[in-house]
Amino acid sequence: MINNETIAAVATALSESGIGIIRVSGPDAVDIVNKIFFNKAGKQFLSSVESHTINYGYIHSLEDNSVIDECLVSVMLAPRSFTGENTVEINCHGGVYVVKRVLFEVLNAGARMAEPGEFSKRAFLNGRLDLSEAEAVMDVISSKSESSLKASLSQLSGSVSKKIRELRTAILYEIAFIESALDDPEHISLDGYKERISEHLKNWITDINKLIDSNKNGRYLRDGISTVLLGKPNAGKSSIMNFLLGNDRAIVTEIAGTTRDTLEEYVKIDDISLKLIDTAGIRETDNTVEAIGVERAREAAQNADLILYVVDVSSDISQKDIELIKMFPDKKGIVILNKNDLINSVAAKDNNILLSLIDNVNDYPIVNFSAVTGTGFDELRSIINDMFCSGLIKNSDQVVITNIRHKECLEDCLRGLLNVRNSVDNDMEEDFYSIDLMDAYSSLGKIIGEEIEDDLATEIFSKFCLGK
Amino acid sequence: MTNNNKLVENFDVVIIGAGHAGCEAALACSRLGLETIIFTVSVDSIALMPCNPNIGGSSKGHLVREIDALGGEMGKNIDKTFIQSKMLNISKGPAVHSLRAQADKQLYSKSMRQILENQEHLTIKQGEVCEILWEDIENNKNDNSVINNTSVYTSLADKKIIGVKSYTGTTYMCKAVVICTGTYLNARCLCGEAITYTGPNGLQAATHLSDSIKAMGIELRRFKTGTPARMDGKTIDYSKLSEQKGDERVVPFSFSTDPESVQKEQVSCWLTYTNEETHKIIKANLDRSPIYAGIIEGTGPRYCPSIEDKVVKFADKDRHQVFLEPEGLYTDEVYVDGMSSSLPEDVQQAMYRTVPGLENCRIVRNAYAIEYDCINAKQLYNSLQFKKVNGLFAGGQFNGSSGYEEAAAQGLIAGINAAMYVLDRDPLILDRSESYIGVLIDDLVTKDNREPYRMMTSKAEYRLLLRQDNADLRLRKYGYKVGLVSRETYDKLCEKEKQIKDEIERLKSVMVGANKQVSEFLAKHNSSALTQGVSLASLLCRPEISYKDMYEIDSNRPELADDVIEQVEIELRYEGYIERQKKQVEHFIKMENRKIPADLDYDDVPSLRIEARQRLKEFKPLSIGQASRLSGVSPADVSVLLVYLERGNR
Repeated sequence: MINNETIAAVATALSESGIGIIRVSGPDAVDIVNKIFFNKAGKQFLSSVESHTINYGYIHSLEDNSVIDECLVSVMLAPRSFTGENTVEINCHGGVYVVKRVLFEVLNAGARMAEPGEFSKRAFLNGRLDLSEAEAVMDVISSKSESSLKASLSQLSGSVSKKIRELRTAILYEIAFIESALDDPEHISLDGYKERISEHLKNWITDINKLIDSNKNGRYLRDGISTVLLGKPNAGKSSIMNFLLGNDRAIVTEIAGTTRDTLEEYVKIDDISLKLIDTAGIRETDNTVEAIGVERAREAAQNADLILYVVDVSSDISQKDIELIKMFPDKKGIVILNKNDLINSVAAKDNNILLSLIDNVNDYPIVNFSAVTGTGFDELRSIINDMFCSGLIKNSDQVVITNIRHKECLEDCLRGLLNVRNSVDNDMEEDFYSIDLMDAYSSLGKIIGEEIEDDLATEIFSKFCLGK
Repeated sequence: MTNNNKLVENFDVVIIGAGHAGCEAALACSRLGLETIIFTVSVDSIALMPCNPNIGGSSKGHLVREIDALGGEMGKNIDKTFIQSKMLNISKGPAVHSLRAQADKQLYSKSMRQILENQEHLTIKQGEVCEILWEDIENNKNDNSVINNTSVYTSLADKKIIGVKSYTGTTYMCKAVVICTGTYLNARCLCGEAITYTGPNGLQAATHLSDSIKAMGIELRRFKTGTPARMDGKTIDYSKLSEQKGDERVVPFSFSTDPESVQKEQVSCWLTYTNEETHKIIKANLDRSPIYAGIIEGTGPRYCPSIEDKVVKFADKDRHQVFLEPEGLYTDEVYVDGMSSSLPEDVQQAMYRTVPGLENCRIVRNAYAIEYDCINAKQLYNSLQFKKVNGLFAGGQFNGSSGYEEAAAQGLIAGINAAMYVLDRDPLILDRSESYIGVLIDDLVTKDNREPYRMMTSKAEYRLLLRQDNADLRLRKYGYKVGLVSRETYDKLCEKEKQIKDEIERLKSVMVGANKQVSEFLAKHNSSALTQGVSLASLLCRPEISYKDMYEIDSNRPELADDVIEQVEIELRYEGYIERQKKQVEHFIKMENRKIPADLDYDDVPSLRIEARQRLKEFKPLSIGQASRLSGVSPADVSVLLVYLERGNR
C-alpha cells in the first residue's frame, strides 16, 4: 500500500459542547496514541489492549507530562476498521480548545495531519468502501482540498503572509547561491560562506519561532468570531474597538460619522479569537460616502456571528437606538452602554425608561462600560466566554484546521533550518546545507499554496552569472 | 530526391547521426548483436566536439561515470584522449565531486571512429537520411489493464518503423530507428549579419528529414545555442594570464581504466578577465547582435549565456572570467571559454582584443550562434521511444538537451531500448532515485523545458546517493542485465559490494576502549579523548580521522582496494544524511510503482481540476509518481487519480 504514514484529524464537527473525536489511522496508530495515553496509575497500556475495545484513561502532554483530558479511547485493528488500517479514536471532552490540544499531542507523537478526504480515500483503497462510493470519495477529496486551500490563503493575515514570502525569497536566494557555486566552482566561491549562512540561520530561526508563537496566540490567522460593532454615530464604537485592541487602530474623533467604512481587526479574548469589525454609525444621511459606509455596516451585521450594540448613555438615548437593536432579531448580541464614566445623574434618570425597553429586546445581555476607564471589561469578557462555551457563538472548523496545518508546515520548516544549523555546527560541506534549506523552503510554500517547480533554476540564472 | 536507385538493404537498427548520442546508440545496438548502420553527414566528423574542448564537469562528470557503468564508451574514450584532468568541488561533499577533462578534440574524434570501425555488426555510412519509412498498425486498444513494461510499446502508437531512405535513394529496411541529429536539422548559423545555412563548424545541415518527421505527426520546435571564437594560440600573450593546472594525481573516468595508465604530462588552461572596455564595445553594438535585433527566434539556454547576455543581465559586474583552453595537442587553436557570442566579426575582434593576453589575438574561427529543429521530449516515453511510433527512438540534442554528456547518456539509453524493442525485451528505464541519467530523461519527458536542458546536481533530489564514486555500484547490474557488461566485470562488482558491506559491519562491531594506544592515537590527530568505548565506525565519523590513519589502532584489518575504502568512509561518515535520503526513496519508489495506463481517458476521471486534467492529457504519465511531478497537478488530483485507478482494478 502507498500509505505507510499514520494520519490524524478531528472526526467530529468542532463545537464547544459535547464530545470531540480524534481519529488516528495507519500502521503506527496504536503506538502513537500509546505514547500519550495513560491509565489512572500513570502507566501506558494501549499497545497491549485487544482490538475493538474501549479504554478509559488520560491524555498527557508529551512535553511536560501534564494531564490534558480524561478520555475514552477505542482501538480497532486492521482490517476491521473504517479505513481498513489500524485505527484509534480518542473521545475527549471540553470543547474546541481541548480537542485541539489533544490533536496537537497526537501529531507531536508522530502522526501527520490528514489531507482532506484522506480517511475516505484510504477506506476505499483498502477495499472498505464499495465501488459505488468511489465517485463520492473523489468529489470529497477534490472539493475539500480546494476549499481548504482557499481558506488557508484567505485566513492568513497580511503581515504573516508577507513575512512568509520574505523568508522564502531569502532562503531561495541562499540555495541558489550554493547551487551556483557547486555548478560552477570556478566562477563562484563559497569561501567564508559558513559565517554568512550562520547569521541568516539565526535570523530565520527566530522569525519562524515568532510565527509559530503567533500561530498559537491567534494573531496569525485572519479569522475568528465575526463580531460587529454597531451603533449610532459617535456612540464610541471605535473607542471600544481600540480599547479591546489595546492600540489606536481606528481613527477616533469627536465628530460624528468619522468611521465611514468598516475596519477589521483581530483580537483574542481568553482563548477565543474575535474578528472585530468597526462600522460607520448608522443614521439617515445625505452624504454619499457616509451612506455607503452605513450600507456596509448593515451588510457586516447581516453576516456577523455576534453584534456588539453600542449605546452612548452620556447623551440622550433615543428611539433610534432601540430600532437599531431590534434590527437583527436572529443575531446573537450584547448591548454595551458606553461612556458610563460621563453619566450625570440627571441624564441617567431620563434614560431609565428607554433603558428598560432595551432590556426586553431579544434577551440581549447588557453591560455598563467605559472605554476610557475600562469599567465593564471583565463583565463583557465573561459574557463572551459564556456565549462561546455554551455554543451560542462558534468559530468555524476550517480555521482550527488551517491553523494546525500551518503549524505543521512551520515546524517542518523549523526542522529543516535546525538541520542546516546542525550541518554547519558539525562542519559538514556546503552542499549538505542546500538539501535541508530546500525542505524548509517548500514547507513554507505549502502555507501560501505555492509550487516550487522551476523556482530554483530561475533564481540561479537570474541572480548568478554562470560560466561559458 | 528523384532517381531510379532501387537499392534496398536490410538492417535491424538505423542510427541517424554520429555525434556523441549516435555513437553510444550505435555501439549499444551492435554490441548486443544487432545489425546496425550509423549515418553521418561526414565520416570525418564522428564524435565531433564542435563546442567546448572538455568532457565532464559538475554533474556531467556523473553522467559519464554512469554511461561507463552501463557499458557505454564515452568514459573510456576520454581516458585515452585527455590532455588535462581535474576533480572539481573537491573541498565540498562527495556527492558533488565531479571529474572534468580537457580533450584533444581530434584525438577524441579519431579514437571513437576507430572504436566504431572495429565494432562487429556495425556499418558506417556517409550520407543524409531524408525520409523515415513507417506503416500504420492496428489500433490494439483491447488491453485496458494497468500497464506493464512491455505493453508500454503498444498502447498509444498508431504507426511502426519499417525503414529509412537516404538522399541518394537507397532504402534501408529496419525495425528500429534512433534519431540523433543534434543541431543539424534545418540548422542555420549566425555571426552578426552573416547567416549561413549549415550545421556546426560549417558542416552540411540536414534539410530534408524535418518534413518526414513532421509527417509522422511529431511536433518540432526551434532551439538555439552558441559557441565562442577559437584563437590562434601563437597570438596569445600568456605572460599576462594565470595558469590553471590539472590535478597532480589524475582519476580516470572509466571504472575499467587502470588508474596508472592516466598519469601523464598535462597541458594548462589559462585564466583572464573581460573589463569595462570589453563591455563598452558590446553595449555599443548590441543592435548588431542577431538575438537582440530579434533575428534569432530559437530559445537559448540561460545557463550558457553569450557574453552579450552576461553584459546586459549582469550590468553591475565589472568583469567576467574567461578561460583559455587548448583544443588539442595537434593544433594551436584555443577555445575562449566564457565569451560565446553572435556579434559580427568586426565587433568580435575588437571585443576579444580588449581582454588581457588577447590584445593581438587572431581569430581562427569566429564565434557564432546556431539555431536548429528539435522536439519537445514530452512526445517520448522514459525509454526514449516516441509514444506515437513504435520502433522510433531519439537521443541527444534533438530531444532538447545540451552538452556532449547529456547527449551520450540519452544515446546510450535510446540505443539500448531500440535493441530491447527489436529483441522483444523489456526496456531499460532508470528512475530518479538511482541515476542522473534517470533524472535527465524524466525531466526531459515530464517538464516544460523552454530551453536546451542541462544537467545540474540540484536537479537530482537524491544526490547524496547518486555520487560519481558509486556509479558502478548503482548501475553495473543494469549494464550486465542488458548485455553490455561482461560477466567477469559484473562478478568483480559484486565482490566489491560484498567487501564494502563486510567492512562496514566489521567497523561497527569492533569496539575500542580509552586505552593508552588509542588515547595517543587520538591526541596525535588532534581528536578529543574517549570517555568510554566506541566502535571504530564512530571514530571514522570524526572528520580529522581517516581510514588510513586508523591502521595504527586496527592493524588486524583486511587488506582492501582504495575504491572499497572510499565507499566505506563515505557510507559511514555521511550515514545520517544517506539514510534520510534512502527513506525518501522508499516512498518515491512506491509512487513510481503505481502504474497508469498510457491510454487512460482523463475526461472520464471525475473531480480532476481542469488544469490538472489538461496537463495529464498532455503528458500521459505512466506512473502516479510521474503524474505527481507534473506542474499543475496537485496532491488532491493525485489522490483522485489513485481512487479512480483502484476503481478500475475491481
